[in-house]
Amino acid sequence: MQPITQLRATTFVLREDNIDTDQIIPARFLTTTERSGLGRAAFYDWRFAANGAATAHPLNTEAAGHAILVAGNNFGCGSSREHAPWALLDFGFRAVISSEIADIFRSNALKNGLLAIVVDPAAHAFLLAHPRIELRIDLETMTILGPDGWSTRFALDAFARRCLMMGVDQLGYLLAQDEAIAAFESARAA
Amino acid sequence: MTTLFDKVWQQHVVVPETPEAPAVLYIDLHLVHEVTSPQAFSELASRGLKLRRPDRTLATLDHSTPTLPSVNGELPYVTDEAKHQVATLRENAATFGVELLDFGSGQRGIVHVVGPEQGATQPGMTIVCGDSHTSTHGAFGAIAFGIGTSEVGHVLASQCLLQRKPKTMAINVEGQLRPGISAKDVILHIIRTIGVEGGTGYAIEYRGSAIRSLDMDGRMTLCNMSIEAGARCGMVAPDDVTFAYLQNRPRAPKGAAWDAAVARWRALVSDADAKFDRQVHIEAADIAPTVTWGTHPGMGASLSESVPSGDDAQFDKARRYMGWDAGQALVGRPIDVVFIGSCTNGRLSDLRAAANELKGQRVHPRVRMLVVPGSDKVKRDAEAEGLHDVFLAAGAEWREPGCSMCIAMNGDIVAPGQLAVSTSNRNFEGRQGKGARTILASPAVAAASAVAGALSVPNGV
Repeated sequence: MQPITQLRATTFVLREDNIDTDQIIPARFLTTTERSGLGRAAFYDWRFAANGAATAHPLNTEAAGHAILVAGNNFGCGSSREHAPWALLDFGFRAVISSEIADIFRSNALKNGLLAIVVDPAAHAFLLAHPRIELRIDLETMTILGPDGWSTRFALDAFARRCLMMGVDQLGYLLAQDEAIAAFESARAA
Repeated sequence: MTTLFDKVWQQHVVVPETPEAPAVLYIDLHLVHEVTSPQAFSELASRGLKLRRPDRTLATLDHSTPTLPSVNGELPYVTDEAKHQVATLRENAATFGVELLDFGSGQRGIVHVVGPEQGATQPGMTIVCGDSHTSTHGAFGAIAFGIGTSEVGHVLASQCLLQRKPKTMAINVEGQLRPGISAKDVILHIIRTIGVEGGTGYAIEYRGSAIRSLDMDGRMTLCNMSIEAGARCGMVAPDDVTFAYLQNRPRAPKGAAWDAAVARWRALVSDADAKFDRQVHIEAADIAPTVTWGTHPGMGASLSESVPSGDDAQFDKARRYMGWDAGQALVGRPIDVVFIGSCTNGRLSDLRAAANELKGQRVHPRVRMLVVPGSDKVKRDAEAEGLHDVFLAAGAEWREPGCSMCIAMNGDIVAPGQLAVSTSNRNFEGRQGKGARTILASPAVAAASAVAGALSVPNGV
């Protein structure tokens, strides 16, 4: 994963609360054995009618070029499918901001370099009310800077932050614990 | 002072958590299925890594599999891609040395039905799977939670996960459940009470006399839907009901090892003075037959209620999607499809509850009813009792095991605009097929509704 220290991009707003993983990528697209090319399936049932024609949804008409998704409360609830962040990244999003993000989705997103960021309700309300603004998400200071001096702080797990900023390979990190894991296994077997 | 969750957690810490890094947590049992594993196996292959503990890894096929039998020796897969996905797990299992409960094994089924019925799921374990309904296994006093595909790779390669300890929540359901109230009613009532994000960041322990009174199938239904309240993990302390269920299961300990295991498992209870980060109290007598009316599992109501009024934007959107008028009575709404099955309600006792409503009755001519047993074993056991005869005589379809219409990725779908009463776990827009509408309900409510052709109160409630 490429190290990320900051992201400067504009926002696209989906106001709905509880946008679940079946909306982000419907289950019928999960028969793939790959992780690439899933942007096509992102929000598919919002973006395409039953006959396959593109709908007038803002995801089709306004989202292009905006890499920060600002979404309603409890984004990513539902399933553990990592296809959800894969689809969002392939669609062009680099960050998701909400007032609450479901645990498994958030963990999956951060492992793929999709910045899943939870802000306080006041900052969330501001971002929902001001679409298409430029933000700078700074992982070093854990701050989001907006127009006219607007800013807000966010919390991010120290390890997840280090992995994002240093491009730490988490599987490699775990494999480096081999001695401790082997000791744990033999202590239990005894 | 210590909760059940903390006891099991502490027994699995390989490297303790610090402010800078999560704990390295040892995983006792890794369940694998075809949908969320291929990219993880590819990752291992590309790094030249081996599977660390094939003996702690168990795979089956459930999500993409057809529920119709073979035709001329060929299973009717929905697409070539689905067929390829199943073949990929077969190849990966052979390459990496994973035991696969395949077609023809007599042990295949939904991963969360198979683990417990084989006795692979045991108290005090840590259990993960690339599936959010892994919380099901918490019914045995295990820490069990769903993980993403990157983490599937972590466990395959290291048998460990990097995890921060969640907060703990006790949900106490005290008193006696009213006649005919099932575990599904209990969990839909709980999710309605704490909300779809009420459990985010928590591991739940379900406690109290009403929980103790549930059998293992019921406890699995309860823990299964913890994730629908946002909690990755839900648990019930093991007791004699748990031990009686597990004894003599194929993968459970035997002989002296069994006695030693039970002695160890009896210690897996929260201490009397255990501190939880949050406590929720629910009176069992307040729980009525509960269903969902809206488009997430927290939009629930008892069958005697009406669809909520109120101009909340989300409620309004849900009412429009589902085709309800504000204030409309729930009971009596005509339905098109009934689905009995899934990791929530696809076990033998669920099929018995449904058959009990259907005996001597016919499914309403307007309704298509699909009954999908949770596993090969559930199917065999149900047929040994003649339950399939009840379903077939009523005009329902009796299928092969799998996830089927719960996730609707194998071709078993609800048509656009149709309304299903489903014993599954998610009523999100399009969950059961594009444009499909879902009412979540218990097996008894679903079967009674199939007969009436409309959402109905079951007998005996």
